[in-house]
Amino acid sequence: MEKKSLIIGVIGADVHAVGNQILYFAFREAGYEVINLGVTVSQEEFIEAAIESKADAILVSSLYGHGELDCQGLRDKCNEAGLKDILLYVGGNIVVGKQPFDEVKQRFVNMGFNRVFAPGTSPETTIAALKEDLYGEK
Amino acid sequence: MRAVLLIDFGSTYTKLTAVDLDTAQVLATADDFTTASTDVMIGFEKALKELQVKTGDITYEKRLACSSAAGGLQMIACGLVPALTAKAAKLAAFGAGAKVIKTYAYELTKSDVDEIDQKNPDILLLTGGTDGGNREVIEHNARMLATAKSAFPVVYAGNRASVDVCRDILHSDLHPVFTTDNVMPVLNKLNILPAQAVIRKIFLEKIISGKGLSQEKGLIEGIIMPTPAAVLAALTLLSEGTEKQRGIGELVAVDLGGATTDIYSIAKGLPNNASTVLHGLREPYAKRTVEGDIGMRYSAKGIIEAAGIEEVARISGLSETTISEFLARIEEDKSIIPQTEEEIAMDYALAALAVRTGLIRHAGVLEQVYTPVGPAYQQVGKDLTEVSNIIVTGGALIHSPDYQEIVREAVNVPDEQILIPRKAEVTKDKQYILSAMGLLATYHQDTALKILINEFGKDGVYAAS
Repeated sequence: MEKKSLIIGVIGADVHAVGNQILYFAFREAGYEVINLGVTVSQEEFIEAAIESKADAILVSSLYGHGELDCQGLRDKCNEAGLKDILLYVGGNIVVGKQPFDEVKQRFVNMGFNRVFAPGTSPETTIAALKEDLYGEK
Repeated sequence: MRAVLLIDFGSTYTKLTAVDLDTAQVLATADDFTTASTDVMIGFEKALKELQVKTGDITYEKRLACSSAAGGLQMIACGLVPALTAKAAKLAAFGAGAKVIKTYAYELTKSDVDEIDQKNPDILLLTGGTDGGNREVIEHNARMLATAKSAFPVVYAGNRASVDVCRDILHSDLHPVFTTDNVMPVLNKLNILPAQAVIRKIFLEKIISGKGLSQEKGLIEGIIMPTPAAVLAALTLLSEGTEKQRGIGELVAVDLGGATTDIYSIAKGLPNNASTVLHGLREPYAKRTVEGDIGMRYSAKGIIEAAGIEEVARISGLSETTISEFLARIEEDKSIIPQTEEEIAMDYALAALAVRTGLIRHAGVLEQVYTPVGPAYQQVGKDLTEVSNIIVTGGALIHSPDYQEIVREAVNVPDEQILIPRKAEVTKDKQYILSAMGLLATYHQDTALKILINEFGKDGVYAAS
């Protein structure tokens, strides 16, 4: 089977590089083609990378609390750029303060993300989700 | 004496350089008008006669030529995303010495194909998709290009997965397809040398004969590359040196012409600061860009549009009315040579702003990002601030006694986030030999390097170890 490809990166003005590297290795180990855009990645860079490399999913990390601002409009821009069915995930410390995660999750789902991961999610959880969403395996 | 004759059929002048290999000396140079509209050999013979007066009767063991006459090598670049493969295609074409007359991104439309037919390129470079990436767009574009009525060879340097499909769709007598490695096999990684090699091969085999430039067969071994490719080769050799002799290190070169401005950088251009993150396409070590709207005469208006008339006024000390009047006169008569003090001041400002605009577009930028842990910087493009050699060439700068001041004025940009050279030493290509040395390097690299270092190196510093 052809390798599925993922775009990963830390969105916005966020320079947290460690988790990004861990995800890069974890997803590659799991058998994915991973294009790592690193830190301080703009929405446009995610989209352009996904177009050029025909990615199956964009996995956005945000660790500094401004994720909600940074992620707004990403789904719309994907649609505009012709990436209609691309899978969008987001995870990390995506909002500031101790807000109930269910509410946070709902806000990101409303923004068009297929999956929203709570702080402290292990890479295995995301890999299992990818398997289900990309290969239909449970 | 072992003499070699180097010929540059330029768009305006045909320039000859005679070199003695035994002593590694330029014997003499000569030039005359290029006569591409009739027979280039007429201008060549005139220049050769002038050269013979200086050198006496000598026999050349080798004659090598480059050309940018008859429009030079005109290319169209097609890519997918403007900032990615379309840009990679453009950089590849520039590096091969081409004039990029148009760049297309995303799907080509029927009207795009009409426009391509009307522009009638010498070569079309077709790219799009990383290897294993997007296939739809490049395959669509191959189908569209197959409907083009004008004849042009296509260099395919896109997604490897689509190469067979595209060749089947497109290959014909009208559009012979030459396939090579992807210009961007992996996201943000450039791989432009293979495409450039193919472009050069097509230039040699097909294009030169088509432009009526090969009648001189027998007299010279033929035109082996476009002039800008020869200049890029000379600059790369001067910068890097060979195993036997060190080069002068990283450099930036400016070729200011009447219609266009070429900027070259032979430099890594990586961030100078550990806290700066590099974004976007990793640009080539030997990079050439061409500003088609920036030049001293045909594109003088473009300089003013890009830099702003206030800036021309500030540098020249002239009023905006005087500037507009002079511009109108330039538009009337492209061969105008400044006479009065005002005209000289105006040309000085135009040259400085042309160089500045070219450098700013060529170099990278630093963007400041405010993060919760303090400010961070991201760099897009090449950081040339630490490059210490600037070489200037092209008639407007070579013949100006003020070339040092012009460059100093050009790089005097207060915004530190613009990553142009800041404190470089300026050297002039006073004998106009860069393209000739690029040619000589293909035949006798060591001699070419010796002459280049004599011309551009600082005394003693770069002596062979």
